[in-house]
Amino acid sequence: MTDLATHLPVLQVVVPLLLAPLVVLLQPRGLAWAAATTGSVLALAIAINMALAVLGGADLRYELGGWAAPYGIALRVDSFSALLLLIVTGASSAALLAARRSIDDAIQSHRQPMFYAAWLLALAGLAGILVSADAFNIFVFMEISSLASYILVAGGPDRRALPAVFKYLIMGTIGATFYLIGVGLVYMMTGTLNLADMELRIHEVADQRPILVAAGFITVGLALKAALFPLHVWLPNAYTFAPHAVTVFLAACATKVSLYVLMRFDFVVFQQNLAGHEAQFAAFLMPLAVLAILVGSAVALFENNLKRLLAYSSVAQIGYILLGASMVSVAGLSAGVLHMFNHALAKGALFLAVMGLATRFAGLDLRGLAGAARTMPWTMAALVLAGLSLIGVPGTAGFISKWYLVTAALDEGALGIFLIAVVVAGSLMAVVYVWRIVEAAWFATPAEPAEASGAGASGEAPFAILAVTWAVALANIVFGLFTGAQRELAERTAGALLGNLP
Amino acid sequence: MSAEQLILAALGVPLAGALAIGLTGRFSANLREAMTLLTSTALIAAVWSLLPDIQAGARPAVELVEVLPGIDIAFRVEPLGMMFAALASGLWLVNSIYSIGYMRGNREKKQTRFYVMFAVSLAAAMGIAFAANLFTLFLFYEMLTLSTYPLVSHKGDAATVRSARVYLGILISASIGLLLPAIIWTYAVAGTGEFTPGGILEGHMAGPAVGLLLGLFVFGTAKAAVMPVHRWLPAAMVAPTPVSALLHAVAVVKAGVFTITKVIVYIFGVDFLFGEPSSGWLFYAAAFTIITASVVALRQQNLKRLLAYSTIAQLSYVVMAAAILKPLAEVGAAMHMLAHAFGKITLFFAAGAIYTASKKTELGQLHGIGRRMPVTMTAFTIGALSMIGVPPTAGFVSKWYILAGAFQADNYVALATIIASTALNAAYFLPIVYAAWFRPDNTPPDRAHGEAPFAAVLALAITALLTLVFFGYSAPAYELEAQLVRGQP
Repeated sequence: MTDLATHLPVLQVVVPLLLAPLVVLLQPRGLAWAAATTGSVLALAIAINMALAVLGGADLRYELGGWAAPYGIALRVDSFSALLLLIVTGASSAALLAARRSIDDAIQSHRQPMFYAAWLLALAGLAGILVSADAFNIFVFMEISSLASYILVAGGPDRRALPAVFKYLIMGTIGATFYLIGVGLVYMMTGTLNLADMELRIHEVADQRPILVAAGFITVGLALKAALFPLHVWLPNAYTFAPHAVTVFLAACATKVSLYVLMRFDFVVFQQNLAGHEAQFAAFLMPLAVLAILVGSAVALFENNLKRLLAYSSVAQIGYILLGASMVSVAGLSAGVLHMFNHALAKGALFLAVMGLATRFAGLDLRGLAGAARTMPWTMAALVLAGLSLIGVPGTAGFISKWYLVTAALDEGALGIFLIAVVVAGSLMAVVYVWRIVEAAWFATPAEPAEASGAGASGEAPFAILAVTWAVALANIVFGLFTGAQRELAERTAGALLGNLP
Repeated sequence: MSAEQLILAALGVPLAGALAIGLTGRFSANLREAMTLLTSTALIAAVWSLLPDIQAGARPAVELVEVLPGIDIAFRVEPLGMMFAALASGLWLVNSIYSIGYMRGNREKKQTRFYVMFAVSLAAAMGIAFAANLFTLFLFYEMLTLSTYPLVSHKGDAATVRSARVYLGILISASIGLLLPAIIWTYAVAGTGEFTPGGILEGHMAGPAVGLLLGLFVFGTAKAAVMPVHRWLPAAMVAPTPVSALLHAVAVVKAGVFTITKVIVYIFGVDFLFGEPSSGWLFYAAAFTIITASVVALRQQNLKRLLAYSTIAQLSYVVMAAAILKPLAEVGAAMHMLAHAFGKITLFFAAGAIYTASKKTELGQLHGIGRRMPVTMTAFTIGALSMIGVPPTAGFVSKWYILAGAFQADNYVALATIIASTALNAAYFLPIVYAAWFRPDNTPPDRAHGEAPFAAVLALAITALLTLVFFGYSAPAYELEAQLVRGQP
């Protein structure tokens, strides 16, 4: 077993990557689902294993084929990537475990093997970004995951997904290209793609203009991929029109992985080498983060489509994560990183509940949800639980990160008071938009009995969806009370990212 | 059982009861009601067994989980919380008896949900009473808000839902927008939120910030209904009467004034606040609320709305007493929580009994009703006298201590406020009492009625009796609450 354990970082990518072509061959439709789910759960097991190892103090490094770093491909898993791997594989597994019925409804059975293959490729790509210690490999995996997720988003029966995915594709490609330009410039100046080497060499050329340009390109490109306000316009439609299962998967983790790369680059590679970079970083990102929180939440207040509402809330939540990061302090970064984890839990549970609702209420329009709580009390109860976590009510996971965020802001003096006001305003807006869902489901009187929305429009969601939704919703409570492990990972991450700051 | 186990039992019994009520509810209404009574009796047993220890000076504590370093879910029983828990658990039993009469008498729907949520809100009240720190208190405070919501919106029609939205909207947004920031601020400044005798903020804070923090606490705790965050209380009048009793007497508003008193005594510290001029506004805010709410009550034509405004005024008695910041006044605040609970629950029970028997809700309809419902109206009269503060009722005792505290502080504004409000209370309660007994009966002959169902009448007789008994037998409560301020000058 010890032998196998050393290979875990590479297995994290290899398992889904190799399963993907195999899944294509599994024609009977249940098999493809079973294989993809098995692969995803295996990946989750690997991620948990590595997270435990990292918590135990290990710093997992791996050299592919035994070739040493400057020439071979190096992988590395530290606390930051371990936490993100948990989010990615967990979201994928939860979505797949729940989604069989939902995917059956959305995708014709002969196309399903391809769909699951694309899913596994997206998973492999996202995991690959997280384990890579090399800027170019990150780009390669980013492209794998992006291309696969374009397919996933467009895979559903909703034709409106096509223009949405086209926008996603154009903006995603621009983002990836900017990143590549930036990496190219850094390579030109330093002659290395390995992040660790870059970190060491970049200060020799730190005053050269190409490096500054590279920092700009990389930051903007990744901000685009992370849907940072005002570069978020691709996100709401992509989330809204994607098959519900895909929304669960991508909403919980896709943008966070881009944020991961952004933080890696800005803090590890650029921060200590470029004079005044941290000030620039904060001055550039903090206003955007504040705007993201306020504008994203405000738009969510007025959205009538449930998925769009939650998508705009995601734009706001990305703002919280970046707000923490842009304080450039250990407390702030911990808050941001922790919020990645906690938001994934809340949003994952919310979209899972939406997937359950969608089996009965096709339109997912708030005005059409009347009476949902009467026919689907369990689904709606889980949705409310997850909504509380999104708001940040004490006792839920969402509270923990907001607490960290506010405590971090208190160290910032007068600016901090303003930031706290922003966080409070965002939370209050979250109260309102979660409340709109509750009100629609509980108190609106159905215009016509449920027959209108088609056959089988009564009763609870299928058991699998319900069980997984509740498991994730309860995880919001559990991780709101027992916070040791994820705090440890987040704080260590913050320490490591800021380790080189003077 | 050890005291620690009793604390956990007090929290667990109502929850287990809620489960049992929910499970038995689908089989038999009688079994379900038996479960409610059984649970409330068990809760009384658990809570009241703690009482001797607390009277003897013990402070049993339990810690459940540490959520973040320095922030944990923990419980610790002290006199104020002990009194609140004893009150809530005791009145729950009476209220359950009343509920059975009322809910059956009015053929309410969804009674199982009603009893389940009632039990859950009692669990929340126990959590508030025994919370050892601000974080735990806040958790259960929100749980109480959420679990009472289905009770307030019980009727389920459009108007009810609109009012229930006001209820939830004000309570939640105030608690998240003001109370939670206040709590986080406290933790950030003092490094802890533990309720400590003498307070924790002294030396960590000074100047206008203290007044501001106090404001966040007072207005964030919208359950205490200090103006202008009082609007939810009249709105919640759409609830069935046993729920109004829960809101006004058993748990909800008591949780509000309890939180404020506890924060003043254990977070700020009485002496610290007294020496801090920026905290002086609270006293005037409370006095303003007392007078304004009493004047508004004068103009009400609906009995339950009148009682709601009377509650707003009476709650601010507690807040004002706490804000006088003298030992006797703090004791008076605690005593007034008890006295007001007995009187107000009687009044609400009577209002509900009148509604159940006759469907009357407006003051103009009540002429001569005392001859049809003598027991109910006798109880109502006792409750009204207690609100005014006439001996031999409970209200007299607590006003006595508040006035004594006001003299300690040479606070003549408090004195004037209490006198004025007593006159106002008399002005809106006595005409009702007079009309009920001495005006000719105005019931249409086809709507002839007698007393309400027996269970309801029994319950209101018990609470009216409690109102009288407390006048002569308040010494144990005084002894208990005197521990709050013992050792302080």
